Amino acid sequence: MIKIKDLIFLYQKKNDEGQVVHETKAVDGVSMEVHQGEFIAILGHNGSGKSTLAKHINGILYPSDGDVFVKNMNTKEEANIWSIRQSAGMVFQNPDNQIIGTIVEEDVAFGPENLGIPTEEIWKRVDAALKAVRMEAFREKSPNRLSGGQKQRVAIAGVLAMEPDCIILDEPTAMLDPKGRRGVIEAVKSLNKEKGITILLITHYMDEVIDADRIFVMDKGKVAMNDKPEEIFKRVDELKALGLEVPFATELAWQLRKEGVDLPDTILRREELVKALCQLN
Amino acid sequence: MSIKLENVSYQYSQNSAARQNTLKNISLEINKGEFVALVGHTGSGKSTLVQHLNGLLTATEGKYYFHGEDVYAEKYNKKMLRSKVGMTFQYPEHQLFESTVLKDVCFGPMNMGLTEEEAIVEAKKALDAVGILEKHYYKSPFELSGGQKRRVAIAGVLAMNPEYFILDEPTAGLDPRGRRKILNLIKKLHEERNMSILLVSHCMEDVAEYADRILVLKKGELVGDGSPKEIFANRVLFEDKGLLVPEAVSFMDELNKSGFCTRRCVYEGTGDKNCFATTVDEAKEVILEMLKKGGWQPSEKGPKAEKTKKAGGRSEKEMRTGEEEAVIMEKGENLS
Repeated sequence: MIKIKDLIFLYQKKNDEGQVVHETKAVDGVSMEVHQGEFIAILGHNGSGKSTLAKHINGILYPSDGDVFVKNMNTKEEANIWSIRQSAGMVFQNPDNQIIGTIVEEDVAFGPENLGIPTEEIWKRVDAALKAVRMEAFREKSPNRLSGGQKQRVAIAGVLAMEPDCIILDEPTAMLDPKGRRGVIEAVKSLNKEKGITILLITHYMDEVIDADRIFVMDKGKVAMNDKPEEIFKRVDELKALGLEVPFATELAWQLRKEGVDLPDTILRREELVKALCQLN
Repeated sequence: MSIKLENVSYQYSQNSAARQNTLKNISLEINKGEFVALVGHTGSGKSTLVQHLNGLLTATEGKYYFHGEDVYAEKYNKKMLRSKVGMTFQYPEHQLFESTVLKDVCFGPMNMGLTEEEAIVEAKKALDAVGILEKHYYKSPFELSGGQKRRVAIAGVLAMNPEYFILDEPTAGLDPRGRRKILNLIKKLHEERNMSILLVSHCMEDVAEYADRILVLKKGELVGDGSPKEIFANRVLFEDKGLLVPEAVSFMDELNKSGFCTRRCVYEGTGDKNCFATTVDEAKEVILEMLKKGGWQPSEKGPKAEKTKKAGGRSEKEMRTGEEEAVIMEKGENLS
């Protein structure tokens, strides 16, 4: 579905004369492959290159070196760009920056309208998309009356109406309250499970990534780890050194192990820790 | 020496869409040196309430006494109040506007009537306190990383030397490292300068770990006021889904249901047969205690690694280097 090969992205700082005075590799030699239907989480502290990487997948940024393929289309070729953006939609952090319609349904219709889809089909898609994120009741409401979480779900519906194969979400819950966060994450998970849409979720909330199929940990523009959640979260010390945290149960189990309590190092969920503690004696 | 509200009610204009943000009959007192958290779900009136405390909003009904003086009296000096009760809004970095970091931080103290020289002294002290290095002083605030910008915004309030510091969601949108930095900074201000803190937050884990007292707002009413233990043990407050208990609390619930605690003994701490904890550290202590009561001994083969600090044992210097990189990288990301 997505194939990234030796991707390098250079950020150049230029002076007033246009000469390059500073060069940084925001993404430094990343290769990865994501399969159709996978739920991928990307972790990393701010500045680790996660967002820069994500923006390559739907052609907002182009590689300085290396290649990015979406469904075998190279993002470097301009002729591909519209079909790539239709296949790989993106949702950003700030709910207020992504809504352009004056009523919810118009906003969701914006994408398919741009694709030149017949009106009747557009409305079918808008219906389906709003239903999928449980926002059908707000169809005729003005977006500025919605909560942050509801706005994010509308933004997701807008991407969904393009019928993408993949949705990339760049910290979609960072600005939301707990209730809004839950609604967005539930919507994302159900799109993955029920519609088989490939998900790339960038987040700082560890509880959102426990159920991912795979986690990529980024650091200094490189992929520092790429594994299943239970393998990633075994490496508590390394993650902390990278400025990251671990899920609650993992943290507690890790601290208990340091006190000499005999617990497995694969604990991610609360119920797993409860079970392990009950088996102790 | 306190902030004292007596039966404060506030209503936005009758026809406004924001009518649910009305405050109803709020009485509370925050003494000097307290670390208080204010929680409640979106729309419960948190922001409306804190805007009363530094005089941005005036109660429709009720009284506000600052150090015993009636703030709503005709001749009360609100400018003085605003310098004593400092406040940062959500995403305070959006309010940075000056051409350099130093000028931005000087704005508050100069507005209070300090000369430029005096303001610069205060600004430098404040920037030092929030960990912004001297080499950033003459940069545009917009060249800094998100976390740095936020700390500059905090310095802007700090430079006025407030007695009370209200922070509305100071960690929203930051990564774990940036969040930790801000929280530890607030803790330091509280401990070293005896500054009173009012932290508005959605993150119950942070609230449980840092605050000594929690205020709970619900639909404009103050429905809870107590220590983290008291508040999180009062489940009625958390029945609707807008407000969550810290993860430690729900974990201990599950552990209690499993019989892990009751099988060992009656836990004395809460007066019932259940164990209770509000933070990871507390949960660890309770579990260890339970295990010991059951005759458990630390396992020989256990990792028994030395205890590392929350920051993951990174030295200050390493963290700084990480941050410098972050700045450069983020600028890269801003390009798009």
